[in-house]
Amino acid sequence: MKIAVCVNHVPDTATKIKVGPDGKKIDTIGVTYIVNPYDEYAIEEGLKLKEKISGTVYVIGLGGDSHKESLKKALAMGADEGILLKTDQDFDSVTVAKLLAEEIKSLGCEVVFTGKQSIDFDNSATGQMISEFLGFNCVSNVVSLTIENGSLEAEREIEGGREVVKTTFPAVITAQKGINEPRYASLKGIMAAKKKVITEKSVAQSTSKTKSLGLRLPAPKNPGRILGSDAEAIKELVKLLREEAKVI
Amino acid sequence: MKKAIVFLEVRESRIKKSSLEALSTALTYKGNYFDEVHAAVFCDTPPDFSTLEGNIPDSIQVYKNIEFSLYTPQAFKKELATLKSDAVETVYFFSNTALGKDLAPRVAAALNCGLAMDLTEIKLENGNFTFTRPVFAGKALEDMQLETSDKVVTLRPNVFPVKTAGASGEIKLTTTEVSNPDLSIKTSSLKKAEGMLDVSEASIIVSGGRGLKGPENYHLIESLADALGGAVGASRAVVDAGWRPHREQVGQTGKTVSPSLYVAVGISGAIQHLAGMSTSKYIVAINKDKDAPIFQMADYGITGDALELLPIFTEEVKKIKG
Repeated sequence: MKIAVCVNHVPDTATKIKVGPDGKKIDTIGVTYIVNPYDEYAIEEGLKLKEKISGTVYVIGLGGDSHKESLKKALAMGADEGILLKTDQDFDSVTVAKLLAEEIKSLGCEVVFTGKQSIDFDNSATGQMISEFLGFNCVSNVVSLTIENGSLEAEREIEGGREVVKTTFPAVITAQKGINEPRYASLKGIMAAKKKVITEKSVAQSTSKTKSLGLRLPAPKNPGRILGSDAEAIKELVKLLREEAKVI
Repeated sequence: MKKAIVFLEVRESRIKKSSLEALSTALTYKGNYFDEVHAAVFCDTPPDFSTLEGNIPDSIQVYKNIEFSLYTPQAFKKELATLKSDAVETVYFFSNTALGKDLAPRVAAALNCGLAMDLTEIKLENGNFTFTRPVFAGKALEDMQLETSDKVVTLRPNVFPVKTAGASGEIKLTTTEVSNPDLSIKTSSLKKAEGMLDVSEASIIVSGGRGLKGPENYHLIESLADALGGAVGASRAVVDAGWRPHREQVGQTGKTVSPSLYVAVGISGAIQHLAGMSTSKYIVAINKDKDAPIFQMADYGITGDALELLPIFTEEVKKIKG
């Protein structure tokens, strides 16, 4: 089976975000980039499926040259081939999904794994839209996946519980933390990855469905009052929450 | 003609509060933007519509099928996409719940239109909507517009108010019995997590961190949350340590929350955590370390021992709540 894993390359979670000079993008100076954490679960799930039923795992990225770093990491974990849809344009999420779907279709993949959301623009939309463009089934936010005889049973996290969802291939699964423990790339894996191919493909410019007016930082919060450290301070706190904040 | 379609999410025969927030928000723009505001509901048996009082849409389209007591994305999407009909512009409103997050992108892709997820602010300026959404888990805000005539948006729960004295009148229901719905993706059952509220929907959250010393002390957090009628949250540190389940994690790789009150106990305030709760209306921090970054965000700070002070906090809350 041909397995696709879509991987994004994002600022590390420890990054302090600053707005860049154009007011529309973040200032990337000094920012460390990582594989989108939820996509690591997706890579692991793809590798597990390959180990179970055999096949080829394609990792697909969309973005600038730097995205190759995340693709390389996925190859070092055990993915077989990398594909970079190379662009410097910032696409809207619908267009990103469409471009990924076209590539997945041309590769002939029957199953797609990706993270439940990318931790940069936090849309939680790409996987569902890829499935729509491909006519695949899709279960999002999956914390447990069982594949038996061509059918899938996924548990997806919802408020206060889980939904047990049944579906069939071809399918897109978006991974939530808890679905697995991603493996570390072994030294052998890292060496092997050096021989693996990352194919670059150019992406045509396209009109965006969204217009970004700019990024801004949330208004800084004024540090509040320290009420003390004892039982009296707690009494004061409860009084303030009741009478001043009016939240309890 | 411009119209809004608001998806009303039903769980256990009740329309979710976050769906009412979306409906109330859409109705704010009736007359000054939308000509009509309609709602859509999928169910086995119709929910209680009395909670809509003050926020009555022009009509409610009820889609009925025995399978619709649980989520069947393909069937929901198909019906919603047809509701667009001949309107010049249709804006779909969802709440950014687990279901809304799953369904809204499918509708946007089906209509090939612009999508804006997890909005925390909407402005109508010169006849155009400007949407604001937190990005990088809330470390920054993006102001954006959708350039397609049809639009799909999801609103973050707990952010938009439900107006009580808004549109009133009779509720106009149109019921459609859906035959042979697409069940290619089918929810077969629900597994409820033990415990109460989910952090993503709670208006009060009490979260614990390393400062609690061990999982055996977490009952102190649960008691306070219980007294306040809130949900239990956790820092990434205690989730990674296995004290608490991931569903309780607040922060960049957990849940981003906007309650009216967030109580952080024994949490120092890593940047990932602060990002995930910074939009809370009021923040209380209890921490021994007076230099902890959490105090930079807190409206009220207590620089004491959490284990000693939590029971007192709980007692005081019980006293005033009678």
